[in-house]
Amino acid sequence: MSYSVTIFILILPLTVFVLNGLLSNKLSHRLAGWLATGSMGIATVLAWLTAYNYFFQSSSYEKLIPFQITWLRFTETLQIDMGILLDPISVMMLVVITTVSLMVFLYSMGYMQGEKGFIRYFSFLSLFSFSMLGLVVATNLFQLYMFWELVGVSSYLLIGYYYDKPEAVAAAKKAFIVTRFADFGFLVGILLLSYYTGTFDFTKITNPENAAIAGMTGISFMGLSVLTLALTLIFMGGAGKSAMFPLHIWLPDAMEGPTPVSALIHAATMVVAGVFLVARMFPVFSFHAPEALDAVAFIGAFTLLFAAIIACTQTDIKRILAFSTMSQIGYMMLALGVSGYGSEGLGFTASMFHLFTHAFFKALLFLGAGSIIHALHKNDIREMGNLRKHQPITHIVFLIACLAIAGIPPFAGFFSKDEILSAAFASNPIYFGIAALAAGLTAFYMFRLYFLVFWGNERTYEHSPHESPVLMLIPMIVLAIGSIFTGFIPFGNFVSSDSQPLQAHLNVTVAIISVMMAILGITVAWIFYKKESLLPEKISNMSGALYHTVVRKFYIDEIYLFITRKIIFNLISRPIAWFDRHIIDAFMDFTATATNWVSKEIKGLQSGQLQHYGYIFLSGVILIVLVMIFTNT
Amino acid sequence: MMEHVPISHVLMVTSTMFFIGAYGFLTRRNLVTMLIGVELMLNAVNINFVIFDRYLYPDQIEGHFFALFIIAIAAAEAAVAIAIFINLYRNIRSIDVEKVDNMKY
Repeated sequence: MSYSVTIFILILPLTVFVLNGLLSNKLSHRLAGWLATGSMGIATVLAWLTAYNYFFQSSSYEKLIPFQITWLRFTETLQIDMGILLDPISVMMLVVITTVSLMVFLYSMGYMQGEKGFIRYFSFLSLFSFSMLGLVVATNLFQLYMFWELVGVSSYLLIGYYYDKPEAVAAAKKAFIVTRFADFGFLVGILLLSYYTGTFDFTKITNPENAAIAGMTGISFMGLSVLTLALTLIFMGGAGKSAMFPLHIWLPDAMEGPTPVSALIHAATMVVAGVFLVARMFPVFSFHAPEALDAVAFIGAFTLLFAAIIACTQTDIKRILAFSTMSQIGYMMLALGVSGYGSEGLGFTASMFHLFTHAFFKALLFLGAGSIIHALHKNDIREMGNLRKHQPITHIVFLIACLAIAGIPPFAGFFSKDEILSAAFASNPIYFGIAALAAGLTAFYMFRLYFLVFWGNERTYEHSPHESPVLMLIPMIVLAIGSIFTGFIPFGNFVSSDSQPLQAHLNVTVAIISVMMAILGITVAWIFYKKESLLPEKISNMSGALYHTVVRKFYIDEIYLFITRKIIFNLISRPIAWFDRHIIDAFMDFTATATNWVSKEIKGLQSGQLQHYGYIFLSGVILIVLVMIFTNT
Repeated sequence: MMEHVPISHVLMVTSTMFFIGAYGFLTRRNLVTMLIGVELMLNAVNINFVIFDRYLYPDQIEGHFFALFIIAIAAAEAAVAIAIFINLYRNIRSIDVEKVDNMKY
């Protein structure tokens, strides 16, 4: 098989998007759903075949470009291509995206059954898959940027899927505006970078020997090299998409979308695009802009802890998972930030490894949450309890996912998290401390969720909760299997910063510490929430103001509102609006009024009386004649 | 015999005719009278053509031909104008020019 078939991995979802979008009135729900799911299935098979060929049939992991067209040619040297770039991380991402997409498509067939926008939903979901796949195989920064915006749009469309719900509309707008704001930095970064290097191509930009890049480090602006500045701006785009502090505010609200969408877009794939971006540019970061990489590590570590603390106090099942996602992405960013290149590149491998395993268990957690919401029609975990009696299969897979994310061996999360902790340990003890503490918090908040939902007292439900249909259970079981076994993949053999196999050994000290932290977290959760007790309430009362600050997510949303409403609106927007209304508009109004007045004054001239016209004409002629006579003599 | 009449005398006659026509065109309310005014102006111009040809370029005849053309066109124009008046009269029962001001809209 040649790699050229990889183009069909992209074309299939695009075709489904167009078909379902155009024929949404003609197709039946079943047909449209199976069309989308079936073609995603084919794409998944193709992606796995590509991965098999790439990783097992060739000895070295070269960067391959099986397909490329010139899209825009600016100058002889600067042009924008569209193409497919295969290298270890893009092939890995292809597998993750198609697999999780397929599971979510299948799950949605059950979850969304009977919704009135069913076909629209699948159409948008296909658009998302297409855009995300295009993003990871992009051959150059500009193509990446275009698909980057496309995933933003499809995310916007899907968050606002229930467009008759005001919260959903507000959340969609918020997500779009915040990520757009971040993408502004991204675009400026791209332009800076391409201005100095004269190319968008990843193969050229990420080549460590590229002289143009090295030359950029010499050009400085405000004390930083331009390259550092450009990469920091590019990272700003990544931080926005990956919901890193302080651009994270959109992600919790994005949970207004349908739950499978949250699983696919806001947990497994789109939000890791920022991690992917940094990984894609990693050689540049690593060789030429270590300061930018430090920023990545710092933001990652901060978000990691920040989100984990908030997650401990939330009560909406999906929001807890959203904060958990932010925290886990923080792990990935941290790992990238502390990583070196080549044989020092444990962090890089760990980050990609965690991305891979996280996609499975976090998608599973969301699908499990969807299964619960599907049965109960509510999101608040305080109104849930003892669900293990009613939903035994959901209970088992959810437990597996919780164990995986908490980092209990032998589940997937343990291995990837262990690598990240080892990388942090080797780099900076503070980062290691943060990561280890967050590991404990992760275990605590996940098991808090688990115990509150599946154990505790029986609640009175409006109608007795039921197990979800088979269509929803199958994807969950598949992902559960993934969450158990993906940890055993020797990931360093496949994905590393310089495409050379990297031997990652289990660091026993680190492993013991992280498992101890996880068990501690689980134990605390057990004591607090297994049986209903007054302990959590006592503690929250004791910490008082601090607790409320955390519940309100450190008032970040309020700070944003304060800055935008009070400062930007009052100091900038209102004066500009005043200027627009009273100066610019007034000038336009004046011309309109003047024209109006003049026409009112002279409209009597058009009387319709033939003889008036005759008078005017004749007097005009006489006037001209007189003028001619007196000027000529 | 014509040689004894100076050109300025003839021009005075034609100018008087022209302005009588213009006065009639601008003051009469009856469309037919206005048409007569127009014909007067045309004929004043006709005489001018002939006179200028005769006095200034005696060996050429273009002026005469122009006069003949104008007579033919004046005939056609009169036919069209009369047809319009008749239709106008059928529609509004009047050929008073002040009542025909609908075209301004």
